[in-house]
Amino acid sequence: MKKNNANKKETPTVLFVNKEKEPLFSKKNRKLLSDPLDDNNPITVQVLGICSALAITVQLKPALVMSISVMAVMAASNVIISLLRNLIPNRIRIIVQLVVVASMVILVDQVLRAFAYDVSKELSIFIGLIITNCIVMGRLEAFALGNGVWKSFLDGIGNAAGYGFILILVAFFRELLGSGKLFGYQVIPDAIYEMGYVNNGLMLLSPMALITVGLIIWVQRYRNRTLIEKN
Amino acid sequence: MEAYLNLFVKSIFIENMIFAYFLGMCSYLAVSKTVKTAVGLGLAVIFVLAITVPINFLLDTYLLRPGALTWLSNSYAELDLSFLSFIMFIAVIASMVQLVEMVVEKFAPALYGALGIFLPLIAVNCAILGGSLFMQQKDFSGVAESAVYGLGSGIGWLLAILAIAAIREKITYSNVPAPLRGLGITFIITGLMALGFMSFMGIKL
Repeated sequence: MKKNNANKKETPTVLFVNKEKEPLFSKKNRKLLSDPLDDNNPITVQVLGICSALAITVQLKPALVMSISVMAVMAASNVIISLLRNLIPNRIRIIVQLVVVASMVILVDQVLRAFAYDVSKELSIFIGLIITNCIVMGRLEAFALGNGVWKSFLDGIGNAAGYGFILILVAFFRELLGSGKLFGYQVIPDAIYEMGYVNNGLMLLSPMALITVGLIIWVQRYRNRTLIEKN
Repeated sequence: MEAYLNLFVKSIFIENMIFAYFLGMCSYLAVSKTVKTAVGLGLAVIFVLAITVPINFLLDTYLLRPGALTWLSNSYAELDLSFLSFIMFIAVIASMVQLVEMVVEKFAPALYGALGIFLPLIAVNCAILGGSLFMQQKDFSGVAESAVYGLGSGIGWLLAILAIAAIREKITYSNVPAPLRGLGITFIITGLMALGFMSFMGIKL
């Protein structure tokens, strides 16, 4: 709320031209949150942040932790870069962005190590790789550098949610089909195993993550024909 | 010598950055439409990886690791700066990329024109930072080993992007279901290729 007001003071002229006051969750702002979930999904449409999405989706728990970490990093760094956007010289902006993102990631990493040590062990270098996760840099470049603080915050949350959505979807299928569990608890009853059902160990191997994402893209573009690429 | 050769082959095939760890996927998917640009980016990645991994190895050994500062004074033996490694590594990578960009622009303007925006993009290629972070986990014994590892990982990345670019050039002639066209089929092909690369797993060198 405060940040929003501070931002409006920075750009009064635009405000007067448009309307008196834009509500916090105006239609446009809500679109910033909802668009990345489907029409403009960072993974399946913008092709950002693929690396980490594939490597940590064997189980739901690390995928969930990863999504939350990315959301925290994205929201914080979007806000910071948006605050600084008029001060950063264009030539060195990439280094400035990397430093901001890296500091945020260090914070997240230390928090995870303190409160969820085994998950942070499991994620190993992928927390560090949030720094170069193109989704963070991509949104900083494409959005936070040219927009106000509140909008950048919403954009960060929205895109991280779209990223997390795909991550959790992939992890759901891989854990369910690969080991018959969800969040580490067995969901497929023993009776079915006794009838001869066998877990598909192939789903636990990393290449299947790629194929799962490919299939998700197929389903999404089948439903949403505007996204189909032309050759 | 044999150890170096083993590490080299291992980092190219068995621990391939793309097919085993999915690092650098974003640019892998975005730049693999034609073979020519793919090769340009691949060469730049090899170059930057081969330089930054040894530099970061030195930083890690003499600055960041727990007790690394003992060469300065014994009183620093307890000091552990490893929480700074992300920011140090990325700073080295970003400045190296900037340096490489300036050198290439000055001495090989033709190459600079050909690589275009891919050069600055390398700073945010996860394969580069991933190389340094894996190096940190692997406890190499010397600079030479880390340089070999960096070079090998880079070559592995080039091979992967070269292969997919060649396949994508061909696949434009085939009749892919419309919703799968472009990104979707590329994901699935990469998945199949990664399955193929899994046959290298379990080879002990």
